[in-house]
Amino acid sequence: MTTATARISRPGHSASKPSKDARARERALAWARRAPLLPALIFLIIVTQLPFVVTLIISFLSWNSLSPDKTAFAGLENYATVLTDPDLRQAIFTTILLTVAVVLASLVIGLGLALLLDKKFIGRGLARTLLIAPFLVVPVAAALIWKHALLNPTYGLINGILTWVWSLFGSDTAPQLDLLSQAPLMAVIVSLVWQWTPFMMLILLAGLQSRPMDTVEAAQMDGATPWAIFRHLTLPHLRQYIELGGLLGAIYIVQNFDAVFTLTAGGLGTANLPYAIYQTFYFANEYGLASAAGVVVVIGTIIVATFALRTVFSLFKKEAAR
Amino acid sequence: MSTLTPTRSHNTATGRTAGNTGSPRRGFGKFGGKSRKDPTRNNTAAGIAAWLLALLFATPVLWMILTSFHSENDAATNPPSVAADLTLDAYREFFGATSGVSPWPPLINSATASILSTVLVLALAIPAAYALSIRPVKKWTDVMFFFLSTKMMPVVAAILPLYLFARTVGALDNIWFLILMYTSMNLPIAVWMMRSFLAEVPEEMLEAAQIDGAGLLLILRRIIAPVAMPGIAATALICFIFSWNELLLARVLTGVVAGTAPVFLTGFVSGQGLFLAKVCAAAVVISLPVLLAGFAAQDKLVQGLSLGAVK
Repeated sequence: MTTATARISRPGHSASKPSKDARARERALAWARRAPLLPALIFLIIVTQLPFVVTLIISFLSWNSLSPDKTAFAGLENYATVLTDPDLRQAIFTTILLTVAVVLASLVIGLGLALLLDKKFIGRGLARTLLIAPFLVVPVAAALIWKHALLNPTYGLINGILTWVWSLFGSDTAPQLDLLSQAPLMAVIVSLVWQWTPFMMLILLAGLQSRPMDTVEAAQMDGATPWAIFRHLTLPHLRQYIELGGLLGAIYIVQNFDAVFTLTAGGLGTANLPYAIYQTFYFANEYGLASAAGVVVVIGTIIVATFALRTVFSLFKKEAAR
Repeated sequence: MSTLTPTRSHNTATGRTAGNTGSPRRGFGKFGGKSRKDPTRNNTAAGIAAWLLALLFATPVLWMILTSFHSENDAATNPPSVAADLTLDAYREFFGATSGVSPWPPLINSATASILSTVLVLALAIPAAYALSIRPVKKWTDVMFFFLSTKMMPVVAAILPLYLFARTVGALDNIWFLILMYTSMNLPIAVWMMRSFLAEVPEEMLEAAQIDGAGLLLILRRIIAPVAMPGIAATALICFIFSWNELLLARVLTGVVAGTAPVFLTGFVSGQGLFLAKVCAAAVVISLPVLLAGFAAQDKLVQGLSLGAVK
């Protein structure tokens, strides 16, 4: 600081020596600033970036650990298999369907719940707590509960309630549901929607509560209908939050393993890519193929993540500007 | 509840009514009462709807808890035996009364992995967040997005090399390797969260302290810590939850020795005989830490889950 002022006050004497000193000090200062950041950065690069580079390399190899002597460079063969093998192609399709269905359904239900919770009513805090509960059950435990306690065709709660309701009307031929064997993907979707709706609700509720109330009140005064207020004021304001919730949700659900593993063990067309990759390397020992499938997931995620980053960034800029 | 009631009356008295006083409809008794804009009526309907939905969403959790206190015979009936006698048998079974298999080693493994990885995450994330907010490095936004981008890479894309590495160096079924994995899994989240909390430290106070000649330690202790503490607690709770819940890494990288609670849970159902109450008891015990941590962090949950983007 002092050298800088000195230089400005004596413009004729801009000697090179003090500026070199200043530059060195500046550099030292910059490194002092970076120092607290470096452990985290280096650790993360080693643990996440390095393995991915290795995955990338393995994806070009033909490598089955059961016959290691046959390991060879395979070019794009593994990628061709990922895109043509019916099981893996099915896994790609299942991943997309699962992600889109869960994200959309939990966003819509989450929006409804957030709109309700935005109003003040008796016991709102408790209702909110109850609504968050599904998100706070360990995912594996939640999947087990859905599989055995709720969806089980003989003694699950859902069929139990159907029997009970029908018996109220004197009928002993209640319709019985068997989602797990008749529509297993639906069972996975339902359980995931149940777990992820609270997540969407929380993000959208935070969005609703950050809404500038004066414009809403002004609109109310001008006689705008609740629907018009929702459509033209609330929804545009919520857009960013809807995008954020949807994209973060998508990133987590694309990676879902617990529900598929526990509910259906990947059977009957419910294997998504993470599950298929797990099977390919853990049981089939096809390391090259599993890696190629992993790279495909990353490419898919990058596409989603580019949008997610943009959304997070726009919210982030707003916050940083404050 | 107690906090809600006063705010509610306050709101009706000043907030919403103030906006409505200008509304010409307000004066006309009949219209005013039936108008959908009337705050009390609207709220009752919304309240009932919200409560019904809240109960619907909580039913699986409540049913899990209730079933865990039923005997196996009462647990597996159709229609359900809601009012059956309560018993602790399922919990005794879960803790190995007849099988002799204790759930304590996996529970302790989970606790070890979650707590130690959380400590490591905080030790790495807090200095990093400091260098991204209070004394930011150049291009700190780029660094932030690098952290975030690593979180977006699916675990499956890196798990094979990690598995092969662990196998080569003999770190398979070693809790420390899992702890390192969980640290890297949660580090980006923690950095983002901590940055958003540290950014709340008022700049004027930092400047004033510096002018007064306060050292770094004093500034950390007196100015930054009081603001950052709730944030650190929330970050720790969320990292704990994510580590406790994790299945894929634990499943691939651990075995009999270092297996965690979720891994234990997946191998819990034998498919033989009646096990529903036992499964529910297991699910309750294993979810309890997460439920407690989650409710404790409830206010900061959104901020954490949205990586600090939403307050």
